[in-house]
Amino acid sequence: MIPVNLVLGLGLLIFSIGLVGVLVRKNLIIMLMSLELLLNGVNIILAGLGCHFKSPRGSVFALFVIVMAVSEAAVGFALVLSYFRQKQRADADELNELKG
Amino acid sequence: MFAWIPVFPLVGVLLNGLLGIKYFSKRAVSTVAVGAVGLSFAASVASFVRLLGSTEPVVVKAYFTWIPASLVRVFGGRLQSLAIDFSFRYDSLAAVMTLVVTGVGLLIHIYSVGYMARDRGYARFFAYLNLFTFAMLILVLGANLAVMFIGWEGVGLCSYLLIGFWFSKDTAANAGKKAFITNRVGDFGFILGIGLLVSALGTVDIGEIAAGIGGGLLGRGTATAAALLLFLGATGKSAQIPLYTWLPDAMEGPTPVSALIHAATMVTAGVYMVARMHVLYSFSGTALDVVALVGALTAVYAATMGFVQNDIKRVLAYSTISQIGYMFIGLGVGAYSAGIFHLMTHAFFKSLLFLAAGSVIHALSGEQDMRKMGGLKARLPVTYPVFMAGALAIAGVPGLAGFFSKDEILAAAFASGHYAVWVLGLAGAGMTSFYIFRLIFLTFYGRERAEPEARHHLHESPRIMTAPLQVLALLAIVGGYAGLPHVLGGRNWFAAFLRSSTGISDHPLAASAEIMLMLFSAGVSLAGIWAAYVVYVKKEGLPAERLAARFKAVYRLVSRKYFIDEIYDRVAVRGTLALGRLSAWFDARIIDGLVDGSGWLVRKFSSASMAFDEAVVDGAVNGIGRAHRAVSRGLRRLQTGYVYNYALAIVIGLVILVSLAVTIF
Repeated sequence: MIPVNLVLGLGLLIFSIGLVGVLVRKNLIIMLMSLELLLNGVNIILAGLGCHFKSPRGSVFALFVIVMAVSEAAVGFALVLSYFRQKQRADADELNELKG
Repeated sequence: MFAWIPVFPLVGVLLNGLLGIKYFSKRAVSTVAVGAVGLSFAASVASFVRLLGSTEPVVVKAYFTWIPASLVRVFGGRLQSLAIDFSFRYDSLAAVMTLVVTGVGLLIHIYSVGYMARDRGYARFFAYLNLFTFAMLILVLGANLAVMFIGWEGVGLCSYLLIGFWFSKDTAANAGKKAFITNRVGDFGFILGIGLLVSALGTVDIGEIAAGIGGGLLGRGTATAAALLLFLGATGKSAQIPLYTWLPDAMEGPTPVSALIHAATMVTAGVYMVARMHVLYSFSGTALDVVALVGALTAVYAATMGFVQNDIKRVLAYSTISQIGYMFIGLGVGAYSAGIFHLMTHAFFKSLLFLAAGSVIHALSGEQDMRKMGGLKARLPVTYPVFMAGALAIAGVPGLAGFFSKDEILAAAFASGHYAVWVLGLAGAGMTSFYIFRLIFLTFYGRERAEPEARHHLHESPRIMTAPLQVLALLAIVGGYAGLPHVLGGRNWFAAFLRSSTGISDHPLAASAEIMLMLFSAGVSLAGIWAAYVVYVKKEGLPAERLAARFKAVYRLVSRKYFIDEIYDRVAVRGTLALGRLSAWFDARIIDGLVDGSGWLVRKFSSASMAFDEAVVDGAVNGIGRAHRAVSRGLRRLQTGYVYNYALAIVIGLVILVSLAVTIF
């Protein structure tokens, strides 16, 4: 049995990598991938805690998050693709049309 | 049947007025106009004949409802339904009036064909003349005061239009205005009288008014007030004191107009009206005395002015005023039929005199001043005898029309005990024969004083003008025999005929007294003629000049018409103008000042409120906006649009929340 703290630590590590990726990378695709890392980090924690407490709820919730992540990725990539078609690149620091 | 009488002149007006002025030849115009009056006269005769054979002395016919019924509360609180019909009343009085109006009117229309032959306003003239005839017929046929009033105003309008017929002449236009405005004063009284009768009896129908008076519904004071108000209208229309001043000036109109309107018909409308309302006047009594007194004073007063006028038509105008005074004497002493009798004979001889005067004026190329006439007797072989016939008739020479009618009036005045009125009337009779023969002698006798130019063109008038003169002369001679008194072997048919509409004077006089009175008045009139003969023929104007020189002040007073025109001008005309100016000043200064002042106040107030609006209200609104903008200028820096900035914000928020959660739990 893998100790639960290890699992939580792994989840936290992946979440942190994802967070840093979202915050510092400019490429939109990388940012989306980092977003996936964020979600999956949380998934690990959910699944790990589910095992730890002998409850299926964690895994079930993780499954929901996976489904949501799939749809989010689909929509997100579609948006990025369409943006790319117009500007021929996909950098986040160019994307400031919502500037106040 | 009688309803047709006014229809023909109306058709004449429409044809001549709408089409004639532009499209008709002169011959067509005169055919239409004369034909219309001729048919009207024929209808009058037919109606008259039918009335003679009928057992029904009064026919009242309503044609349509003019003013629908409504309830009015009359004096004494009674509720009365007042409806005014357009209705005609045909009785002996209306018969006499329609015959006079259409008969004399027809002759004057024929005369006008010759007199106006070379006038540019030919069709307009005949349209007016027909319109006048129409209005006059409405006036005499109206069965109630409202319908009568239409005619009353209609003849006033036509009088105005015809006096000012040559409107490019200032004097004519002014004379028209004067006549119209003076009549307004009288008509004001007339309409007030109608209003008083409506509020007292709730009706304007002549028959119903008489019935109401008979039924004791009218107080004596109210009756007197109403009668006097109506009489004020009559003094305006019939040129009596105090509203007579317009008639002499009305001579500015064409002579046939003077004859028809200002001698024969319209000016007698007042006489007709009083006779029509005789029940009211008899009931009042006081009003009747006023009528008699005004008539007697006017008869003498106007005659004095006839002495000194030099304009041939003006002499006749004053004579008309004086003769209408006689008619009012007749009415005022209760002898209504005598007044109407004089109205009829006067219509004959006065229109004759006017038309003959017109013929003289025509012959002298428009000269009206008698000082520039004289010696025309031989030059005007047709005009002279008819003029003489008219003069003898008006002077009251026994056997002619004027004698019978004037005598009947004076006899009635004497018999009813109005001795003062009788004396005035007798004096007026003497003066009448003096001034009319002064006119005759100045015009037809003595030296020829005409201007050489006029003398050169001197000619007798054409046949179409002299023929009506001869017919009128015949009427002036024989017209009186319709009322031949009993003492002279007659039956006084005229009074008997009028009995059904005006009643009969109930002051019998002994036959001997009547004969005495007749001799008296005949003597007075012959004396007047003799005096005129002495003054103007025998010594050729010398005594007249001497008298004028001796009584310079009196002569001046009379020849300037007692300065009444000047007084009216000062008091009425200038008074009105001054009042107008005062009102204008009041309007300009006070009313306009108030209006301008309130406008000024409103403007001041609104500019203050605008300042408040701009400073405070707009300031608040703009201030709010400005504050928002200032705040948002700062806040919008936060919205960089960069996704990672937002992500960072989310993370920071998350960290804060988590650390809060950790600290609390």
